[in-house]
Amino acid sequence: MTFWHYLAKRLVYALPVFLGISLVVFSLIHLIPGDPAIALLGDVATDEEIQALRQEWNLDKPLYEQFGIWIWHVLQGDLGRSLYTNQPVSEIIASRLPVTAILSAISLVVSLIIAIPAGILSALKRNSLTDHIARIVALLGVSIPNFWLGIIFIIIFAVYLRWLPPGGFHFDKGFWAGMEGMILPAGALGAAYAAITMRMVRSSMIEVLRQEYIETARAKGLSERQVIRRHAIKNAIIPTITVIGMQIGYLLSGAVLTETVFFMPGVGRELITALAKRDFPIIQGLILFFAAVFVVTSLIVDLSYAFLNPKIEYS
Amino acid sequence: MVDTPQVLPIVAAEEEMPHRGQLRLFLDALFRNKLSVIGLIIVVFMIGVAIFADVISPYDPNAQHLLTARLQPPSAEFLLGTDQYGRDLLSRIIHGTRISLLVGFASIAVATLFGIMLGSIAGYSGGLIDDAIMRVMDILLAFPGLILAIGILAVLGPSVVNVIAVIAIVSIPQVARVTRSAVLTQKEEEYVQAAMVIGLRTHVTLFKHILLNCLAPITVQATLLVAWAILTETALSFLGLGVRPPTPTWGSILFDGKDYILLNIWWMSLFPGLAIMITMLGLNLLGDGLSDALDPRSRED
Repeated sequence: MTFWHYLAKRLVYALPVFLGISLVVFSLIHLIPGDPAIALLGDVATDEEIQALRQEWNLDKPLYEQFGIWIWHVLQGDLGRSLYTNQPVSEIIASRLPVTAILSAISLVVSLIIAIPAGILSALKRNSLTDHIARIVALLGVSIPNFWLGIIFIIIFAVYLRWLPPGGFHFDKGFWAGMEGMILPAGALGAAYAAITMRMVRSSMIEVLRQEYIETARAKGLSERQVIRRHAIKNAIIPTITVIGMQIGYLLSGAVLTETVFFMPGVGRELITALAKRDFPIIQGLILFFAAVFVVTSLIVDLSYAFLNPKIEYS
Repeated sequence: MVDTPQVLPIVAAEEEMPHRGQLRLFLDALFRNKLSVIGLIIVVFMIGVAIFADVISPYDPNAQHLLTARLQPPSAEFLLGTDQYGRDLLSRIIHGTRISLLVGFASIAVATLFGIMLGSIAGYSGGLIDDAIMRVMDILLAFPGLILAIGILAVLGPSVVNVIAVIAIVSIPQVARVTRSAVLTQKEEEYVQAAMVIGLRTHVTLFKHILLNCLAPITVQATLLVAWAILTETALSFLGLGVRPPTPTWGSILFDGKDYILLNIWWMSLFPGLAIMITMLGLNLLGDGLSDALDPRSRED
């Protein structure tokens, strides 16, 4: 099977998953006990308001028809409107997304800058002091909730030392002000993922160093440096890509917490604000959005893994 | 059902002999690893704290000292300080252990039960049933766990039982996946192949044998999932979606403490986090130790 066949096959497999997640997200509203319209608007709503919502959401039609209409709208980018501000949900997501995207991207970069060298070094100097320290730090990293690390960062660097702002999104005050505001949140979010990635890099590097072709490369007279550079690192990074890709989804859920801790106006905090107000169209739209991003990134990761790794069989 | 006597000795031998040896090797490897022993000690200690919370807490966790001791820093009287109602933090953290461990263990117990059921049925029967079950699992796995948990809780409303249910639902696919792949591996084993060739009709017996041999990877997965579940409970409570006040949980203390961070009331945020960290450390060390002990290659190192 060629790469293109594999690509086509993966895309075909992704379709039912998309359909499935939309069904789950659609069902959420209907899991609420009682009449959804009353549940959504609360007891204070007038009969006309309830009637209007019923009409807008097609609540009097059969469920499969409601789902059909809903998914048809979703495919056209229409995720409904906020119950409170009447603003289209897709607009709300688009306006909050840059904050989350910047936070996730910087966190990812931070985590990779720490994790890849640390993982490689730790594997090469196995059981040395460096290795032990790196592993203990990584273990602490996976054991600490990243939102708590964020709180501790605020207490130390913003409240006690007063070096950095305790939160917010400051790119409107210029690039450097924005970046300064990103240090604590991206550091907290990136640290947790650095730990996961570092453990992965380390174990796959150790795995690679055991392989026969490394021995062959050594036997053929390459220096240890060349063996590691040309053969080991490249092959150890490929499986790590899968882990990094999976983490993009987790970075998004981490962003929900980090944005809450640091008062950043991203999609994550929007979800929490909408939850507090029980603004279901926003909640529904955001959960669908998060899942879609997660599925698409997994797909891209699988494909790039297949593309980069000549050994893989497309099955 | 017809018992086929020729087969039984094979199955029995496979179960008795190498099995006991395997368990031995596994336990040896586990206890030789100092880190996993430390992990085990931490986990047992935290369970002890949860059980004896009433005895070791210096105060009633919900007793308020509104006039005398609001937001007090750590002192001899209140070792870890007090919160905004003057409640003793140490006592609240000790009692918080109960909810955190209860949610962690109960949700994963439920998830393991359903996950083993679905995963083993999928792996054992294969074909259409396998496809159907695993596609549903794929859909659940397509959501970032915390996000799906938030979505379902938004509908169900916050309570201990709902938090347990939600974390269980989100974890089932993980257990099902591990179980399914373990079952598939076992199906290739000689004793199963032999039984199938001879036409052993007692599916139940075979099924039981396969499952017994799959317990190891499931245990590792479950240990790591308990850590994840506790972390998720904390996150949900921190977001105000978890257990309702005044019941103390580590996440809800952090939720309360959030409003006082900028006032330099650091103890409300620091100490519950340390409790989480120590528990996570214990579970992660134990999980790592279990998975190393199960991997024959790393036993040699």
